[in-house]
Amino acid sequence: MTVGALRRYVPSLALFGALLLIWQVVPPLLRIREYLLPGPIAVVRAALNFSIPWHAHIWITTLEILGGFALAGLGGVALGVAIAWSETTARALVPFLVVVNTLPKVAVAPLFLLWLGYGVVPNVLIAALIGFFPVVINTAVGLTQIDEELLDLGRVFGAPKWKVFVKIRLPNALPYVLSALKITATAAVVGAIVGEFVASQAGLGMVIVTAQTNLNTPVAFAALGWISIIGLTLYGAVGLATRWWAPWADTT
Amino acid sequence: MIVLDGVGMTYRAASGEVEALRSISFRVEGGELVALVGPSGCGKSTLLRIIAGLRPATTGRVAVDGRAVGGPIPAVGMVFQAPVLLKWRRVVENVLLAAELAGLDPGQFRARAHEFLRLVGLGDFADKLPRELSGGMQQRAALCRALLLDPPLLLMDEPFGALDAMTRDELNLELLRVWGEGSRTRKTIVFVTHSIPEAVFLADRVVVLTPRPGRVAAIVPVPLPRPRTVETRASPDFGALALQIHQRLAGAA
Ligand SMILES: Nc1ncnc2c1ncn2[C@@H]1O[C@H](COP(=O)(O)OP(=O)(O)O)[C@@H](O)[C@H]1O
Ligand SMILES: [Mg+2]
Repeated sequence: MTVGALRRYVPSLALFGALLLIWQVVPPLLRIREYLLPGPIAVVRAALNFSIPWHAHIWITTLEILGGFALAGLGGVALGVAIAWSETTARALVPFLVVVNTLPKVAVAPLFLLWLGYGVVPNVLIAALIGFFPVVINTAVGLTQIDEELLDLGRVFGAPKWKVFVKIRLPNALPYVLSALKITATAAVVGAIVGEFVASQAGLGMVIVTAQTNLNTPVAFAALGWISIIGLTLYGAVGLATRWWAPWADTT
Repeated sequence: MIVLDGVGMTYRAASGEVEALRSISFRVEGGELVALVGPSGCGKSTLLRIIAGLRPATTGRVAVDGRAVGGPIPAVGMVFQAPVLLKWRRVVENVLLAAELAGLDPGQFRARAHEFLRLVGLGDFADKLPRELSGGMQQRAALCRALLLDPPLLLMDEPFGALDAMTRDELNLELLRVWGEGSRTRKTIVFVTHSIPEAVFLADRVVVLTPRPGRVAAIVPVPLPRPRTVETRASPDFGALALQIHQRLAGAA
């Protein structure tokens, strides 16, 4: 990264710094107690206080987010392909998927826990359930929103359906899928944390619930910071993947 | 050999019907180069698609090499009016797509693909993405793709429409070489253009279409000697033929 590129971030970094300063200085002046709104220094101290087993919680939550993300991605692409493959599969699947998607997933979480017990698996499933729908839709759209002449090209050269699918439709869908995965990255974080809220023995969501009951607000904020770092990293990775795998797509 | 017998085409859309072609009848002999001229919207692109078997005609019959056309015909090279390149593939990979889609080993055609790209002046652009090329360059890449498998029949829809006059003249000469002007085994070519000089320079015969719905207004033979050269354009016969086609077009309007 060049100095010029770094200079682009100066305004946002300056704003960030100013907000941190206000956050640190103003609440004590207004006599706001730490258990209501801890300052940034207290939060960072909590985040780096390794008498709390942060690495274990981060590991569990990351596992749930990545598992949910991967499941939503693979399952979403598979369902999108099935929908785009033929009228019949589309008619069979779409109403079912719409029903599943309109369910309030948060309300389903307790059922998953009931069926699958505590642990990583139910939270992975909740994360996947919250994140998979955009992938289905974008995959189906990317596979079907295609220049009619590109399909004519396949017919001119006598290509079988599967070959047109692999060589023309799938690459055409890739930018659509990747842009859906950005939404999924965010949704998977929500899903994993929701699952941990409902019931769990480990993970950053559980840390927040416990800290809240103990009025240990700096720790809750610290957990929030760790969650946000995981989320941003995943989101950034999808962005990088888009630039790497779909450089032709006009994304910003 | 292509036989068109009373071919008509009416597009049906929610907004209504559009009659694009009406009772088109003519033949294209094997090894012949026929140019198709007509005002824009008269159904030239539609007619090429019908010959290729990409769209069924609403009326009439089409036969290629004695077989009635009922679906995409084999062994045809097609240049669409738009380049129709895969934007995620480098130029040479776009050319090789012809082999891949046809179920052939692209590796065997790589040298040939590069040779064609050099021929049309894209030698240095083989590894670029389509968006890095101008419209005219993209169209030349599409031409290479159509030629890659050496098809005996070429259907070309304004392939040089986006090119400057000089490049177009050069590529016209190149096309005649590829066609086999100097040899006995010539390809059959149907060439759509809106340039009368281009039609006269290339063709054995020029089919003039009327405005929509397209009908055959005239079929003008072009008895200019072959091989055609730069001097061909300067000959008095060339001018006379161009004028004649111009009048047929104007008369049909
Ligand atoms: N897919 C389509 N659906 C409806 N109308 C069409 C379609 N394609 C072409 N047309 C109409 O048919 C007519 C002939 O089109 P086209 O064959 O593209 O003409 P040309 O190539 O001579 O300019 C035009 O009026 C056009 O609007
Ligand atoms: Mg056209």
